[in-house]
Amino acid sequence: MDERTTIDVPETTAQSPMGLAVLPEGHQIAISPLNKRRWQSFKANRRGYAAFWLFLVLFVVSLFAEFIANDKPFYARYDGKSYFPVFVTYPETAFGGEFETAADYRDPYLQKLIAEKGGFMLWPPIRYSHNTQNLDLPTPAPSKPTWLLTEKECKTVVERKGLTSCRDLEYNWLGTDDQGRDVVARLIYGFRISVLFGLALTLISSVIGVAAGAVQGYFGGWTDLLFQRFIEIWTAIPALYLLLIISSVLVPGFFVLLGILLLFSWVSLVGLVRAEFLRGRNFEYIQAARALGVSNRTIMFRHLLPNAMVATMTFLPFIMSSSVSALTSLDFLGFGLPPGSPSLGEMLSQAKANVQAPWLGIAGFLTVATMLSLLIFIGEAVRDAFDPRKTRG
Amino acid sequence: MEASYERLLEVKDLSVAFRHGQRETLAVDRVSFSIKKGETVALVGESGSGKSVTALSVLKLLPYPAAHHPSGSIRFKNQELLGLSEAEIRRVRGNDITVIFQEPMTSLNPLHTVEKQIGEALLLHQGLTGEAARRRTLELLEQVGIPDPRTRLNSYPHQLSGGQRQRVMIAIALANEPDLLIADEPTTALDVTVQAQILALLKELQTRLGMAMLFITHDLGIVRKLADTVCVMKEGTIVEQGPAERIFKSPQHDYTRALLRAEPKPDPAPMCPHAPVVMETKDLKVWFPIKRGVMRRIIGHIKAVDGVSVAVRQGETLGIVGESGSGKTTLGLAILRLISSDGPIVFLGSNIAGLSFKKMRPFRRHMQIVFQDPYGSLSPRMSVSDIIEEGLWVHHPKMSKQERQQRVVRALGEVGLDPETRARYPHEFSGGQRQRIALARAVVLEPTFIVLDEPTSALDMLIQAQMVDLLRDLQRRCNLTYLFISHDLRVVAALASRLLVMRHGKIMEEGPAAELFKGPKSDYTRALFAAAFNLETSPEGIVAE
Repeated sequence: MDERTTIDVPETTAQSPMGLAVLPEGHQIAISPLNKRRWQSFKANRRGYAAFWLFLVLFVVSLFAEFIANDKPFYARYDGKSYFPVFVTYPETAFGGEFETAADYRDPYLQKLIAEKGGFMLWPPIRYSHNTQNLDLPTPAPSKPTWLLTEKECKTVVERKGLTSCRDLEYNWLGTDDQGRDVVARLIYGFRISVLFGLALTLISSVIGVAAGAVQGYFGGWTDLLFQRFIEIWTAIPALYLLLIISSVLVPGFFVLLGILLLFSWVSLVGLVRAEFLRGRNFEYIQAARALGVSNRTIMFRHLLPNAMVATMTFLPFIMSSSVSALTSLDFLGFGLPPGSPSLGEMLSQAKANVQAPWLGIAGFLTVATMLSLLIFIGEAVRDAFDPRKTRG
Repeated sequence: MEASYERLLEVKDLSVAFRHGQRETLAVDRVSFSIKKGETVALVGESGSGKSVTALSVLKLLPYPAAHHPSGSIRFKNQELLGLSEAEIRRVRGNDITVIFQEPMTSLNPLHTVEKQIGEALLLHQGLTGEAARRRTLELLEQVGIPDPRTRLNSYPHQLSGGQRQRVMIAIALANEPDLLIADEPTTALDVTVQAQILALLKELQTRLGMAMLFITHDLGIVRKLADTVCVMKEGTIVEQGPAERIFKSPQHDYTRALLRAEPKPDPAPMCPHAPVVMETKDLKVWFPIKRGVMRRIIGHIKAVDGVSVAVRQGETLGIVGESGSGKTTLGLAILRLISSDGPIVFLGSNIAGLSFKKMRPFRRHMQIVFQDPYGSLSPRMSVSDIIEEGLWVHHPKMSKQERQQRVVRALGEVGLDPETRARYPHEFSGGQRQRIALARAVVLEPTFIVLDEPTSALDMLIQAQMVDLLRDLQRRCNLTYLFISHDLRVVAALASRLLVMRHGKIMEEGPAAELFKGPKSDYTRALFAAAFNLETSPEGIVAE
């Protein structure tokens, strides 16, 4: 050091308001120490952390639903050649059948053809897809879980297939719905579509909401005033009725529903982000950036957005769970995904129509409840992680 | 209670540690001192030296159980305080021992009237209500020098000035005639003139009521004026203690000596009466409209800056002083066109008033600003190198990555920081170091003109002196022109070649700094100087209440 700092007294260490001495931390390049501490306090919430991993595992597993529950084998060997029916649709003639239609691998006739040529098939653990109808139901659909069937009930099917007992039948672990489709398969696909829908809705509405809030908060004045009044009017529209009307006019599909729900869900973050920007635009480092001549857009993205992200991130899991329940409730009312789609809401409405088949209600309820609880637990942990009182100091 | 004790408060081997998850930090390490009846003991030290923590542990006001005491005892009137239960300590708090905090803005409840807040202390410890409480409250308000106390009874804190609020805090503290008053930097947040008034009040009350005082401060000027005994704290230990006179005359410890030497050395940049004018304003006005009613009609203006003409010449430092609310910071922001204003602003020969944000950009490279708060002026989410680089991105978008890095390294070197630390984040640096980073952010653009908005007032004494040296050094090396805004006249005296005294948005007095300090013409300037240099109060009516 040169003569400017001849007084050989070290400068003080960083301080938190209460005067706790904070030890200087080591070099960090990859993740900022703040984020590291956030991750630590996220992990410290044991329940949320466990929920996070459980949810992640369930989600990743459900992404590969085609390999878990499918009416097509993922590998078939026939006549010395390899086939991948999960990816490619083969006509029945490829396996020596008579018709040009797509091969039905569950058909005993086709299975016999393949076996005759010394071929074999590798099946997913569950041999039903979400829309596969079990044609050998021992009782009229909705049919009980196979392990609950009495020998008397499945006598006819067992005899027809030449088996000895109920337990030799192909299992429907949680029974079937009113069209003879396997409940487990439908749950797996339904979970996937719910989460994907929730994710998409959350992400898009966050992007729109954050952008709208950012513009309002940063520019303030008339922009803010007009936008705020517009949002007040917009939120005063009874959303559910409008959703019902729109979805009865438009043909509901994944993306149409996404668009309809988006109309109202983007508002949820605006107020929050707006407040953060209003607060943030007077920070000295924002002033400093302005004094440097940094453009408005850069200031918003580089300096202010990270502040608003804390509030946004904290809200994301909760927005996601409300998106999921919005989709489920529309499905339940029959205005949701088109018929035939694996939807949890539709299963619940079937359960309502078939009180004599409690497996539908129980399975549907438990899945929805678990999914939403996991999201809430994750949300709590995220909230802890971003809590400034825990991460500061 | 009869005085069967020799010492009012006796702190022995007190340690305070804080748990931080797995980590444990020792904030105070075996500190011992004692206070006699009617005595004033000052705990002096930089921020982080553990002086506040020591004082707050007397009343168990720390965030327990995160804080705990590995060793020590605190005896008040021969009664051990450390072992007391929460209910027992509450009888001591606010009754035998009271506290005044630093921030008068937040230490009063904004939703309660003055009468209610003082009455609460009376009710809790003396059970006074109704007329009796009101009489005592009035008496207290009179004692602390609040003018016309009867009308102030129903005032809310926001209707009082900072100084008056601190007076109300003192009234609350005195309500139950305590034996010991703990004052935790009670004047740091106040203007120098108000500070002088509050200190005079405290001293007068102390002699009148015969109470002891534990005074926490980093300002040696106050200590010299007020304290009987001084304890110098550094990194959680008391490095030296003794009678104030002895400490100031013959300090034993190196650190004490360094502290005493830390006053910024006056060595301002020379006046350059013939140098070209860098920045000039004529009759500059910043008026904020006051709007009322449904139609938001403009019924008047707050004249933050009201017709100010300044001219800053190349290479000199223009100091702007004044109390808070005098419009000095607003003037600085207006000159840099960071807030809208009326009147021509001529920078390097071109009028920049009214230019759009985009058209301003080429000028921004030559004019920079350093703010007061070293914690607020750096984005906590950007590394030091990103922070300093930002201006280069704007003004030299085609500069290669390597060259940018070189400029950053050079700027860090110029402000006396290790360039190797540039990948770190602001929170890893101390206040003084952060202020150096803020300076590097300005310097990296090689500006000609820098507005320094109280760049030293959030810093400790030692660091302040270093910062002043650095600013002076930079000015000479890079031929910079400064507009130095401060209420701290000692720092201004060390830097400014010309001085401008502001009050209520107007210029009170202007002239070469050396002359002005010797012979101020207006009463206001004289009062300001007396308060700043000698902590003396002035006759009523000249300065703010």
